[in-house]
Order: sequence, then structure tokens, then C-alpha cells
Amino acid sequence: MDTFSKRKYLILAIIFGVGIIYLLKIFVLQVISTKYKESATNNVLREMVQFPARGLIYDRNGKLMVYNKPAYDLMVTPREVEPFDTISFCTLVEITKEELIEGLKKARDYSSYKPSILVKQIPPESFAFIQEKLYKFKGFQVQSRTLREYASPVAAHVLGYVSEVKDADIARENYYKTGDYIGASGIEKTYEKQLRGVKGIKKQLVDVHNRVQGSYQDGAEDVPAEIGKDLVTTLDAELQKYAEELFVNKKGSVVAIEPSTGEVLALVSAPTYDPSLLVGRVRSANYTILAEDPDLPLFNRALQAKYPPGSTFKIINSLIGLQTGAITVNSRFGCNGKASTPIKCTHSHGGSANVTEGIRESCNPFMWNTFRSIINLKKKAVDGFNNWRSYVESFGIGKVISSDFAHVLSGDLPTEDLYNKWYGKGGWNALTIRSLSIGQGELGITPLQMANVGAIVANRGFYYPPHLVREVKGDTVSSYFKVKQYTKVEPEHFDPVIEGMRELIANKLGAVAGVPGVEMCGKTGTVQNNGIDHSVFTAFAPRINPKIAIFVYVENSGWGASYAAPMASLMVEKYLNDTIATSRKPVEKRMLEASLLNPSQP
Amino acid sequence: MPNRRSLWANIDWVTVTVFVLLMLLGWINIYSSVYDQNHQSIFDTTQRYGKQLIWIGAAIVLGFFLLIIESNFYVFFSWIFYGVIMILLLLVLLFGTTINGAKGWFMIGSFGFQPAEFAKFATALALASYMNTHDFKIHSFRSLLFIALIILFPAFLILIQNDTGSALVFFSFILVLYREGLSGIVLFFGSLMIVLFVLALIVSNLVLSILMLVVALLVFYGINTRNKQYYLIPMIYALGILPFVVLNFALGSKFEWGDIITAGLILGTIIVVGYSYFRKITSFLTVSLIFLGSLLFTISVDYAFYNVLGEHQQSRINELLGIHSDPLGAGYNVNQSKIAIGSGGFFGKGFLNGTQTKFNFVPEQSTDFIFCTVGEEWGFIGSLVVIGLFMLLFYRLIWLAERQRSGFSRIYGYSVVVILFFHFMVNIGMTIGIMPVIGIPLPFFSYGGSSLWSFTILLFIFIRLDASRYEKF
Repeated sequence: MDTFSKRKYLILAIIFGVGIIYLLKIFVLQVISTKYKESATNNVLREMVQFPARGLIYDRNGKLMVYNKPAYDLMVTPREVEPFDTISFCTLVEITKEELIEGLKKARDYSSYKPSILVKQIPPESFAFIQEKLYKFKGFQVQSRTLREYASPVAAHVLGYVSEVKDADIARENYYKTGDYIGASGIEKTYEKQLRGVKGIKKQLVDVHNRVQGSYQDGAEDVPAEIGKDLVTTLDAELQKYAEELFVNKKGSVVAIEPSTGEVLALVSAPTYDPSLLVGRVRSANYTILAEDPDLPLFNRALQAKYPPGSTFKIINSLIGLQTGAITVNSRFGCNGKASTPIKCTHSHGGSANVTEGIRESCNPFMWNTFRSIINLKKKAVDGFNNWRSYVESFGIGKVISSDFAHVLSGDLPTEDLYNKWYGKGGWNALTIRSLSIGQGELGITPLQMANVGAIVANRGFYYPPHLVREVKGDTVSSYFKVKQYTKVEPEHFDPVIEGMRELIANKLGAVAGVPGVEMCGKTGTVQNNGIDHSVFTAFAPRINPKIAIFVYVENSGWGASYAAPMASLMVEKYLNDTIATSRKPVEKRMLEASLLNPSQP
Repeated sequence: MPNRRSLWANIDWVTVTVFVLLMLLGWINIYSSVYDQNHQSIFDTTQRYGKQLIWIGAAIVLGFFLLIIESNFYVFFSWIFYGVIMILLLLVLLFGTTINGAKGWFMIGSFGFQPAEFAKFATALALASYMNTHDFKIHSFRSLLFIALIILFPAFLILIQNDTGSALVFFSFILVLYREGLSGIVLFFGSLMIVLFVLALIVSNLVLSILMLVVALLVFYGINTRNKQYYLIPMIYALGILPFVVLNFALGSKFEWGDIITAGLILGTIIVVGYSYFRKITSFLTVSLIFLGSLLFTISVDYAFYNVLGEHQQSRINELLGIHSDPLGAGYNVNQSKIAIGSGGFFGKGFLNGTQTKFNFVPEQSTDFIFCTVGEEWGFIGSLVVIGLFMLLFYRLIWLAERQRSGFSRIYGYSVVVILFFHFMVNIGMTIGIMPVIGIPLPFFSYGGSSLWSFTILLFIFIRLDASRYEKF
């Protein structure tokens, strides 16, 4: 048999051949290729995102306005789910059987190994109950999140709301992942970066069933979540609340600014809504309801409504007239009352008016003549108009005056192009555009801008960009808010105008708008409208060392003195005196109870 | 007792040492692969490593008993062993318990006994016994038939238990037959079939047919340097293919061109076979017959693959050959196994530091995929040591087998080598993605009493036979 002894060499060759091939292959797997090492890390490492709580929001007096409440997402890992009693499950987590089936299918489509959200934002009350029973259902777990909670249901438009990120947000900034929350409007949006904090990462070792086996390297590589920074807003929560109460059953807006800083003390757009409606599981349903409301509660009138300012604009025209020399303190223009042309006077006062009287009496003929003088300073009407326009623009009209507001609009300040288009080049003059002299026509100014004009008058010629946030804890606010923005009108020209405003309150509106112990200066406006006129009022107080500038716009409520002026005076009183004087209670009561939502009501 | 003294002196302690080393290394890796914080004691018999330790102890005792039995006992009783195991293989089909899909277990309490494991050494004994008889002639039809019966009968019984892996082990005996004089042509055809099988699945029939034609033509011209009829064979093929092409055009291209050309090639080859048969050109006849056989085999592979093999076997082969990749389905095991081994690097992650095996990413990590733990925790160095130990064992056993004066011992020795080698090749090949996933254990390494003891019996009978090599002729 040993004739075949040499065949052992072939057999040995086969055996050693296989051994060598295997070692080479293993060498490639282990030493040369890096692909498998990465896969191994991916296999066992689960990065659990740690969601930080958003920063808290305080009012200017340190009163907490917005904080967080825990909420829980019920997660499901389809692979770990064992057959369970669906009826008792659905009852427990308050979903329908269809929602459960749909949710499970979605989760399975995403991954059967990784958890996905089945029920979002379960409030803690329900969660405690669910958690007790959850052990019966394998494959379900919870993830804790935080939701916004409001100390009182005010300032919805200022604070804004938080929603889930949209695909566009994710595309714009890779910080966000599907299911994250993002500030969608208001301060929540503008200060998103400061409020959101920084997500943390907890690395955990998991086994093939995604069960946690322990922390990775004892947490050495974990990144703890950084809680969002707290904000101190410029709002006075009490004033804000009072303003919203005054605006119950009314449409319109109020903006109050501290002239010496540009800080917004109150900002209301009415009708408003309870901010907690847009939190948690009820958010999308409530959002739909609010979006479909004909009174547009989601529309932020304070920042977006392009209101014609009406007679309140006369302040600006008077100041421009004085600055440009079109008029002087002593200039007088005749008034024929209702017989005046081209604009009649709605008030009956003496036969003529100077600037102080013009403001006090809101004399249309005076304002028309002033405006015409301004335009006629230049040879061509268009040059006169552009000159006028540049002065108006320096008051912050027709432009965005601050970066601190989300979704803010610049309003309408007409340009020569508009009139050229309408009337042809050279086809128009002061008379053509005379409506501008009394704050009507093509002007569309937001309440924020008009309140800022109040602050400019109070400051006699300059403003600080209005803003909503005083302080970001552990960070700085934009230094831009500390830079004085000068108008093109010098301080001395303000005195006769302010005098007119003072006399209006002291002599004519004392009954409805006089604040006890406070020397307030104001200007009413009545904006002509298809229906009932809009009631407008701008004011600041006290006259010396002003603390508050305020602009009130009440839609479809009549002339300026009927609602806007009393409401503004109540807010000034509340802010400066803390309480409403007994003598003023009837006015307050009338304002609080007035219901002006139905336009047919006189 | 001088006899006993010489027994211990004649035992090959190198083999015994390698055997013990492999078992201990296996046990360490089983410990690591099922390790968890709650059961840290290495002697915890509720855990697999605790049980394996008991089985290792028992295997050593078993080895000792196998050594003190007279070697002639194995020679004389070889047919008895074979017969008993065959009966058990039949009985297990009737009364066995199904574990992991294979109806191959007798359960006695919690202890499982798998006759298929023991069929290996019994078949080796029977084969050695039969081939050592004087009327055995390797190339006589009767002898080959008998050998085929001895080998294929248990293989068939195990196959219908649904334990394909263990059944395939029996094909490794072909190497023993080769060593004992079986014509190398059998090995050649065996290899050819495997190569064709793989190629038939990877490339299309048309490409493969043309590839084979090129090879066949090269061989034709290579062995036919004197004959100047270069044009003859291409002409024959052209003649063979042409009618099919015409026919297909006539039928409006009803058939795929690959099939048409293959059919033409077959017809052409049949003509060549006939031509060389009548002209008595033996070399032409041989080559053309092989070519014809290869063509027919290629065609039948597709049919066999989709009609004979089960779906999971198809997908495993598809996965292996890279035809269809499904890392979360059929390819999951192998993918995870490669990740585990690949993540080990050169020096490994260290004992108990493997994350892939410990956290159950690799399935069956203490049995069929035990090599993953070696690769992950001990790295290339560990893999080198384990493969090196197996190579040493195989080399040593061949060396031992070659020094036998008795044909029985040599044949049995080679049987031991090829059985262990087959397990080694398939098991480790599977973990690194070279072999299809066939669930057979790594000898002496994988968790499990039945397989450990059957390998111990297999090996120690040979060690005992070797110790008595001077007594036999």
C-alpha cells in the first residue's frame, strides 16, 4: 500500500493551503480592513439623546412667566413587543385601536430594533398611571421631554410657541433631528439658540436586542445636556395682563415702550389666545381652531398690522414742518371748520391755529397747510415729497426698527414710484397726496412703530431700538439695543408739539384720559374706515422724565377719545401708579366691559 | 505489568497535549462568550462554561478509558460499533427529539445524545476494517460499491434527519480513499464539479459555456499540435449552432440566445465526440466528453439549485457567493460574525472585552460561531494560535498515520484527520465568510458534550491504535 505514500503530500498541501488562506482572510478582516471595526462600534453603541429643558422666561420684575413641565413620549421597539391586550393598552394610553395599529406600523417601518415614538407628550398626570401598568407591555418604554408651561395665560404673541421641527429647519441646521422642538414664533423663535440649550449625548452599550447593558467607558464620552439659558424680558407681566384684560372682546393692539431704554413694557394683539393651547398633544388641534378663527387670533397685529395712523401722524408732520422751516412756532393757518378745503376740520375751534393748537385741536386745515409747505419747499413736488419722506423714515416708519421681533413687518411708507405709477411722472403734487397730511392714504404703520414714535417724542428726537429681552442669563444681549437712533428733528422743535399733546389731555380729555397725579401728553386719532372708524391714541407720561410711551389701536370702535385714549390712560395709570384711582373706576369698568367684536354695534 | 508501562511510553503525548490545549482554549472562549455580570463564578454549572468544564473533565476520563482498552478491541468490534450506531440512527428518526430543526437527538432527562456525532468514528472504523481486508481492491466495482454503502448509508440517514452539515462531513472520506489509491481523476472531477457549480451560479450559462469552450479549444489544440486541421472544430461548432440560430429566427426569437448557443454547443460537442470515437482519437474523445459533461452539469446546476436545495440553503449560498446580499436576513449571521472577528484587530480586545459576542450580536456564539470570540478578544494573534494548533494537530496525525504498519490504523488515522479537517474548514470558513453557513462544531472548541465526546472517542481510538503500532502488521 505504501505505493500511494506520496499522496500524503497532496493531502497535506490541501490542509495547509486551507489554513494559510484562512489566516490571510482573517488578516485582511482584522488588520487591513477598518470597515468591521466601525460596524462593531455602531452595533453596540447607542447614543441616547438627552434633551435639555428650555430656558425659563421672566418678566422685567423677576416674575416667572414661562417654565417647563415634564412630558413623556411613549416609545415602542417593535422587535421587543410581545402579544398584549390591545384593548386595555389603548384604554391606558388613551388612543384608539386604529392609532395603535398605525403607530406600530410606522415604528416597524422605521426600525424594528430602534425605539420610535408611539404616543407623544403624555402629561405627567396620565403618565404616573401609565407607568404603573407599563410593565405588562413588553417593548414599550418612555422618554422624558419637557413642555412649556405658563404662569398666567398672557403674552402669547410676545412669547410665541414651540413646535416640532420641520424638514426645512433640519435642512438649515443639522443640530435638529426629526422630533426635536424648535421655537416657532415670538421670543421662542428669536431666542431659540439661547433658550434651547445644548442636547447631550449619553453613550450606552446595548446588546443585539437593544437592551442597555451599561454605560460606555463609564460615561467618559458622555456629553451632559446643557439647560437652555434663562431670559429676562422687558415685559411688565402685570401691565401686560391688564392690557389684555382691557382688550377682551375687542380687536386691536397696544404697545407700550419705556422711552429711556426702548424696552417694550407690554405688547398686545387682540384677540389673543392662551399660550398653553399650543403646547403638547392638543397643539395641532388648537392651532387649526385658532387659524380658522375669523378674528385672526394668531395674527400679531402689533408687529404686522399696517394701520393707517390717522391723526396721531400729525405729530410727525408738525415736527417735520418745524425742523424744515416750512412752519415756525408762530405760523398760523386759517380754519373754516367743516367748510375748510381741501380737507375739512372735524373740530370747531377758533378761526386759525398755530402748531400747538393744531395738535391740540387736531386741526386738519393746519396740517394740510403744513404738509403742503413741506412739499413746496422744493421746486418739484417729487423732491419735496422725498425730502418729507426721509424725515418720516427717520422716525422708524416704513422700515424694521428692531431685530428683536419674529415675523415683524416694515409697514408701508409710500415712495415716489407708487405715485408716479398712479398719476404719472410729474402728474402729482401736494394736493394729490394730501391724505398723508392727516395720517391717512397710503400709510400703513404697525403699532410697534407708532409706539416708538411716542417714545421719540418723549425723548425729544431719538429712540432706542425697541426690544423684548433685557437679559440673557449667562450671555449678553445685542449691544445694538443701547445705540441711540436719532431722528432728523432737533430736540427744541418737540416742545410746542408736546405742549399741544399736554393741553389735549389736560384741557379736553381729562374726564376720560386724565391720570391722577400724572402729567400725560397724548394725541388721539380717528381712522376713517369702511365700517366704524378705528379709535387710535398715542401718548407718553409723565411729561417730564417720561417713563412710558404707549400706542393704542382699537378697531371699529369710533373716534380716538372713545376707547383708545381711556384704555391707554388706564394702562399708564396702572403702570405709574400701580392702582386705578377710585374716581377712575367707572371709566375702567366701561372699558373692561365694552364688547366691540361685532362691527355692527355702534 | 510491562505492557502497561510501554502503553504510556508509546502514547503520542504531543497529540494529547494539543487536544487538551484546544479544549481549554475553547472553554475560556465559551466562558467569555456567555459571560455576564450575574454569573461570574467559572464553576457555575447553571451556565454553559460550567457545564462545558464538566464535559471536559468527563472527556479526559473518557480518553483515559479509551486508552486502557486493548487496541484490538477497536479492530474486532468495529463492525459492531458501526451496526449499533446505524440502528441508533434509524431509531432516532422514529423516536428522536428535534433540536434546531434536526430530528437527531435522544433525550435522556436533560442530557442529549446525538447518534450522528458518533456515526463519524463508527464509519471510520468500519471503513478501516473493510479496506484492510485482503479481497479489497480499490478499483473493483464491488469494493467501491461497498465503500460507498458504508459511507453513504449513515450520511443519508443523517441527511433525512435534516442535519445537512453532519451529513456533508462524510464526503471528507474521499480524501482517505484517495490516500489509499483511489484514482486522482475522482478528485479532479470532484473539484471540477465544485468550481462549475460556483461559476454556474455566479456567471450566466452563456458566459460559462463560452468560457468552457475556450478552455476546451485550448486543450484540443494543445494536445493536437501535429494535426493541422485547425478549421475542423470551429466548423463543427458552427454547424452545431447554426441550425438553432436559424430555428430561433424562424420562431421569432422565442428562446433566449444564451440557451440557443448552449444547445448549439452541446450538439457540436456531440458531433466532436462521435467524430473522435469513429476516428479513434482518444485524447479528443476524453476532452470532448469532459466538455460535454461540464456543459450538461452547468445546465443542471440551475435546475438543481432552485429545485433540490431548500430556500434557506439557496439564500446561504447566494449570500456566500455575493449574488444577493441581505445583511439583516440570511447574511446576518455571517455579517455579524465578520464584524466581530474584524473588530478584534491584531491583538484583540482582551479577555471578556468583546462586545459583539458578549452582547449577542453573533448568534450561536458558544457553539458554531465560537471562533468569533477568539477573533474578537484575542485578535489575529489568537486566530493564528488556534489555526496553528489545528494545523499542528493535522500534521501530527498524518505523520502518525503514515508511521502505522497496519493498514487499519493508517486508514482510521486518515479518517480522523479528514473528519477533523472538514469540521475545521467548514466551521472557521463559515465565520469568516468563505464557506456557506453550515452548522457544524469546531472540534474540541465548541460548546456541547455530545460533539466533544464524539471527537474525543474519534481521536483517542487512533491514539490507542498508534500506541500499539509495533504489535500490528
